[in-house]
Amino acid sequence: MRALLDIQDLKVHFHTRDGVVKAVDGVSLKVEAGQIAGIVGESGSGKSVTAYSLLGLIPMPPGRIEGGKALFQGTDLLRLGERELNTYRGRKISMIFQDPMTSLNPYLRVSTQLVEPLAIHEKLRGKPALHRAIEALEQVGIENAATRIHGYPHEFSGGMRQRVMIAMALITKPDLLIADEPTTALDVTVQKQVLDVIRELQRETGTAVIFITHDLAVVHEMCDTVSVLYAGRVVESAPAAELIRRPLHAYTRGLYRSNPSAHAKDEDLYSIPGLPPDLARLPGGCTFRPRNTLGVASLCLTERQPELIEHSPGHFVQNCPGCLAAHPSSAHA
Amino acid sequence: MGKPSINPDAEAGHSLWSDAWTRLRRNRAAMCGLAFLGFIILLCFIVPFFPALPDPAAQSLPNKNSGPSLSHWMGTDHLGRDLFSRILHGGRISILVGLITTTVSLTIGVAVGAMAGYLGGKVDAFLMRTVDVLYSLPFLIIVILFSALAKGYTNDFTDWLVDLTGLNRDAIAPFTSLIPLFVAIGALSWLNISRIVRASVQDLAGREFVEAAKSLGLSQQRILLRHIIPNAIGPIVVYATLTIPSVMLFEATLSFLGMGVQPPYSSWGILIKDGADRMLSNPLLLIFPSIFFILTLLSLNFLGDGLRDALDPKSAKD
Amino acid sequence: MLRDISNRLLQGLLVLFVLGTLTFFLVHALPYGPFQDEKAVPPHVMERLEKLHGYDKPLLTQYGLRLKNIVQGNLGVSIKVMEGRQVGEILGQAFPVSLTLGLIAMSIAIAIGIPAGIFAAIRKNTTVDYAIMAVALLGICLPAFVIGPLLAEFLGGRLGWFPVSGWNPRDPSSLFLPALTLGLVSAAYLSRLTRAGMLEILNQDFIRTARAKGQKGSIIIMRHALRGGLIPSIAYLGPAFAATISGSVVVESIFQVPGIGRLFIKAIETGDETLIMGPVLLYGSLIVIANFLVDLLQIWLNPRLRTAKAS
Repeated sequence: MRALLDIQDLKVHFHTRDGVVKAVDGVSLKVEAGQIAGIVGESGSGKSVTAYSLLGLIPMPPGRIEGGKALFQGTDLLRLGERELNTYRGRKISMIFQDPMTSLNPYLRVSTQLVEPLAIHEKLRGKPALHRAIEALEQVGIENAATRIHGYPHEFSGGMRQRVMIAMALITKPDLLIADEPTTALDVTVQKQVLDVIRELQRETGTAVIFITHDLAVVHEMCDTVSVLYAGRVVESAPAAELIRRPLHAYTRGLYRSNPSAHAKDEDLYSIPGLPPDLARLPGGCTFRPRNTLGVASLCLTERQPELIEHSPGHFVQNCPGCLAAHPSSAHA
Repeated sequence: MGKPSINPDAEAGHSLWSDAWTRLRRNRAAMCGLAFLGFIILLCFIVPFFPALPDPAAQSLPNKNSGPSLSHWMGTDHLGRDLFSRILHGGRISILVGLITTTVSLTIGVAVGAMAGYLGGKVDAFLMRTVDVLYSLPFLIIVILFSALAKGYTNDFTDWLVDLTGLNRDAIAPFTSLIPLFVAIGALSWLNISRIVRASVQDLAGREFVEAAKSLGLSQQRILLRHIIPNAIGPIVVYATLTIPSVMLFEATLSFLGMGVQPPYSSWGILIKDGADRMLSNPLLLIFPSIFFILTLLSLNFLGDGLRDALDPKSAKD
Repeated sequence: MLRDISNRLLQGLLVLFVLGTLTFFLVHALPYGPFQDEKAVPPHVMERLEKLHGYDKPLLTQYGLRLKNIVQGNLGVSIKVMEGRQVGEILGQAFPVSLTLGLIAMSIAIAIGIPAGIFAAIRKNTTVDYAIMAVALLGICLPAFVIGPLLAEFLGGRLGWFPVSGWNPRDPSSLFLPALTLGLVSAAYLSRLTRAGMLEILNQDFIRTARAKGQKGSIIIMRHALRGGLIPSIAYLGPAFAATISGSVVVESIFQVPGIGRLFIKAIETGDETLIMGPVLLYGSLIVIANFLVDLLQIWLNPRLRTAKAS
């Protein structure tokens, strides 16, 4: 069966004054219809760039798509011109962003912004459009939607604005929703509510979701499959349940052990040492080597880049011996 | 350099300025501006001392309105005076007006801005209200009034200064006649600088090193002069560079209206006015001084914009 | 909101008061007065004149009298330039000319500066952008008294498209060259500000949101970017108007437009206090009104200001 979205070997580089930043350097991942696919990684791992390049939202220049394909329902999104992309944006693929405070236009009424996708893609205007918009607001749990819709974004709280964003993204019933860290900028108490809204609507509408986050706990609550990104590459990808049971790569293991709510109770909280590498000056070989303390760094590849291999059915991992090795001290545990 | 300092930014100052210089050097427009300014200053302040340059006041009616030639590089004016020489002498006055007036406005602006930003509260409210009100005045109109006043007292002022210092009247007259102008424009063009300084002082006053200085019991004056103002120097330099062309423009406008530099001294503004009056008979009289004037202003603006980008990368959005 | 407006108006009155007071004392500090002439005036004539205009009283008394009269709407009579005529009446004649000039100049500034700035921002870092910004910088550095004669020579003289100087009430095109001269500087500033404002807005997240919706580029500019992007330019319209009004003094003397500016310069040359005060207060009031309108416009454009003021 053909996947809804099939990203193959995507490469996005930024040509800056300080050199070529390889933000995304060979990412492949699949999203099946109706599923939630998680992308996890630290900031700068290339997860947002991957998502933005699907909809042509990378600023070019300095950004440039150096290679790869992104087949959405069989069409390569990366080959589309602006005009053709606009028939996908907001209609078949919608997006919600990290910061709801800045993602809504402060100068326009919520109603104006909510009906915009309807006018663009369904030629629906006036009263009927407004009705749909109010309905959409009610669906994301905004009370008094019929009056509040005429307010301005600054009259809404952060969580409420993110609900507005979700309503706006789903109003055209897209096939794919890209959620770029939708809860990162919100208060902890609000985060959960917003996640619930996304999951509920996903179940109701059957929209597939790419869920980008740095929080593994959220991934397990939300996602069917997970891809772990590091330095612009996928280091491990598996069904969510499989990944938590058997994280293979040292980086994935590090992520689990550093997450207070995801790691096993009897272990000490861990933190991955060091910083993500400079993407303009990537070392040859395994990029995780300098930070690998859970595997055996000395075994990491230095000559060639590790490749993604299918370790067990559906579970892919980079075949770097050092990152796959268990740390000597924990071998017997 | 090795001595201990409680001011971390002062230590970091080295790299700030050398970073800025590196960035500035990459900016081609700013470097061209800098080079041209150096050239023009050299030309206006050194060349007039060479005896080979014709006397700017020497008239020669048979020679009037002649085109460029070997003896008169840019031709002569309606009285047969050498245009090139007049431009260099006029440029000296224009540049002096620009520099000194900017110093005056900088002094007032930094003082007001630093006080408002550092003392805050009622002082700040009062000073900034005043600035608001002054902002709403028709600036050029007030400057015209001021310089009419200044012009009226130039002679008295020169007499007073001769009495006071015993200097030779003829020697100081060219400069004393300009002083009222410096004061008139300078006293009214400090508004922007005061706002900039206030903002950066407010920003700096809350920083740790100032808190540390306070806790060491340093006097307010000392903190302000030794620690805050040196750190606000970046924006001050930028706006000073951008103030010079605007006051030069003012001087020229006033001179054009007959209220600025008074004959027998001339400035680029006066040369341009003379040229505009005789544009039909000899357009070169308008074109040559205008080129010098405009290129100088352009250079200053290029340099100012470049400095802003180099010293304050955050505000370099445009 | 209401309190804000009344605050604004109070500040406007304060500005006018400061302006008037400053002008009064500056003019009286001039070393020459309106009664001096090339020819020596006989002492008794001088005395009579001074008495007629109240110059025999102490300065502060004169100030108080002037203040009272002006508040009552009496600007007095011209002492020297238009001897004996009511200043109000003189202004009434010259003002329409100056106002028309100023309004045309502002329209030109807005019509050139704002589209140029928007265009430069959309085409950021391209040749078009660099060219527009270079012209704008040139416009800032070119004084009116250089542009004016050049425009007069080429558009007026050589090409003969427009009348070179003077003002013909029946022919509005006679004001075009002066207005263009006057408007170009503000156009240059406006284009720089507009470009900066638009660039700032175009970098905002909500523009990306609009693109992600599939909205067309032109509509994103019109609907999503313009409002916020023009706020700095609109805030500058107040000062730009002030600069235009002041600059009209220069331009009117270049093109010999019989507006207030020329009267004002003559009045200053002779120390004709009433004829200085009249234009100064008129200019001041215009600027106060313009600033007030600009404030209202900004509140109208920015919903955050609007509701913050309302609550």
